[in-house]
Amino acid sequence: MIDFDPSTFGLAHTYQKEDKDEINTLKMPSAPQVIYRTLNGPTQTNGGNKLNNFKHGTTTLGFVFKEGILLAVDSRASMGSFLSSEQVRKVIEINEYLLGTMAGGAADCQYWLAYLANHCRTYELKNGSKLSVAAASKFLQGILIGYKNSGLSMGCMIAGSDLSGQHLYYIDNDGMRLKGDIFSVGSGSTYAYGVLDNHYRYEMSLNEAVELGIRAIYHATHRDTASGGVVRVYHIHQNGWTKVHDGIDVVDLHYQFAQQKGLVGDGDEAKQRLF
Amino acid sequence: MYIPMNEMLKHFKQDVPTMANITHKSEQWSPYHDNSGTVLAVGIPGAVIVAGDTRLSNGYNIMSRDATKLSQLTDKCVLATAGQYADFIALRKFLQQRLQLYEFQNEVQASTETVAHLLSRELYSRRFFPYYTFNLLAGLDENNHGFVYGYDAIGSYDKMTYGVQGSGQELVVAVLDNQLKGYNKINKTIPQTREEILDIILDCFSCAAERDIHTGDNVEILIITSAGTERLIKPLRKD
Repeated sequence: MIDFDPSTFGLAHTYQKEDKDEINTLKMPSAPQVIYRTLNGPTQTNGGNKLNNFKHGTTTLGFVFKEGILLAVDSRASMGSFLSSEQVRKVIEINEYLLGTMAGGAADCQYWLAYLANHCRTYELKNGSKLSVAAASKFLQGILIGYKNSGLSMGCMIAGSDLSGQHLYYIDNDGMRLKGDIFSVGSGSTYAYGVLDNHYRYEMSLNEAVELGIRAIYHATHRDTASGGVVRVYHIHQNGWTKVHDGIDVVDLHYQFAQQKGLVGDGDEAKQRLF
Repeated sequence: MYIPMNEMLKHFKQDVPTMANITHKSEQWSPYHDNSGTVLAVGIPGAVIVAGDTRLSNGYNIMSRDATKLSQLTDKCVLATAGQYADFIALRKFLQQRLQLYEFQNEVQASTETVAHLLSRELYSRRFFPYYTFNLLAGLDENNHGFVYGYDAIGSYDKMTYGVQGSGQELVVAVLDNQLKGYNKINKTIPQTREEILDIILDCFSCAAERDIHTGDNVEILIITSAGTERLIKPLRKD
């Protein structure tokens, strides 16, 4: 077992603590230590599936366009086949200029993105300038590489605005970090990619981008059982981020899009095909 | 004692009989036990109602008929836990001690939001050997409006207006979705008063006790308002 000092808050066991300037004299709950003897065997026989079924299953997407970055997410959290919540907030507001999305294990994403927020604030206070998006995403990547193969599950996007513009990064629990223009993560991502790749143009206006994000999430929730609930949309621009939509029910969107196709729901469509 | 080679080889995973290859026929011991039961909490403006059954079971045995699943942490918030009772006791002890320390150092009790975050961090600190607890933290926020924070085993949490955890979760939460949110209803009559909501909660527990073997005996209800805490105990099926 590795000798664990509780004051090394948030640091994985491979990191060496350099400066001892911690004012934290209280025993705070510390970062998780990896136990090498895995308990996966026994927990499955006795506890059934409940202990290993953390919240999974989602669709999140983000893309860069001329007016900044658009993030759109669904809001469903499933534990196995049971829906534990339809109102989850999958966009985590790290600070006024950085957003993170959640996919995979909800607790892992919530904890580590909150830890990243803590680190960004500490950096800002110590150095007098804000952490760049590239540095913030690289910091998170470093943590996840330390916990590689330990069973964490995170597929998150870090999107933000700094002095060099708006940037979108994809971070993975395997330690992958990719900079890109279009990303979609989660069980419904394949459906979202289909819609996104069809209509994406860099020169879109904000309204077109919001429409595209909403439509892509709707199509993913329509076909993927693990995605659903409401659509939340955020826009990142040079002054930070704005919440464009807090929660549009995908059921309402379904009927709205059906009406646009001319299906008004009075049953006449079926009749026309039968006779 | 002479054991024939083919008989001995049955106990090895591969044909080479080394120590690393021995399979154990017996079931491995597990540190987890599900003591089950159901807990639920509903938040309304001015109050929060938390309820939990009092049956403690272990497989098909009933260990106790009056084991509480609720724990009042501060004047304004209550922890309700379903899952492993030992982990509930350990978690409750940690939270009580830590919140007492907070009160000594800050001369004021922790707000519900602070307790919610503390609980999430404590659960995540055991990410690789989790507390087998499914928690609901119910309390009043700064405006005395009741809210419920629902958790999974490793600490992901969300603020909600009502929540259910435990073995009767699937049975009860669908009823609450229908009654408290009006899902799938054309004429949505959402209950507004505390008495109506108490009625619905008692009905939910009766239903859960009928169909879930791990829920029953008594239901303990705590009603938290800014004026104080009220405690009720109502009987349920004991079979």
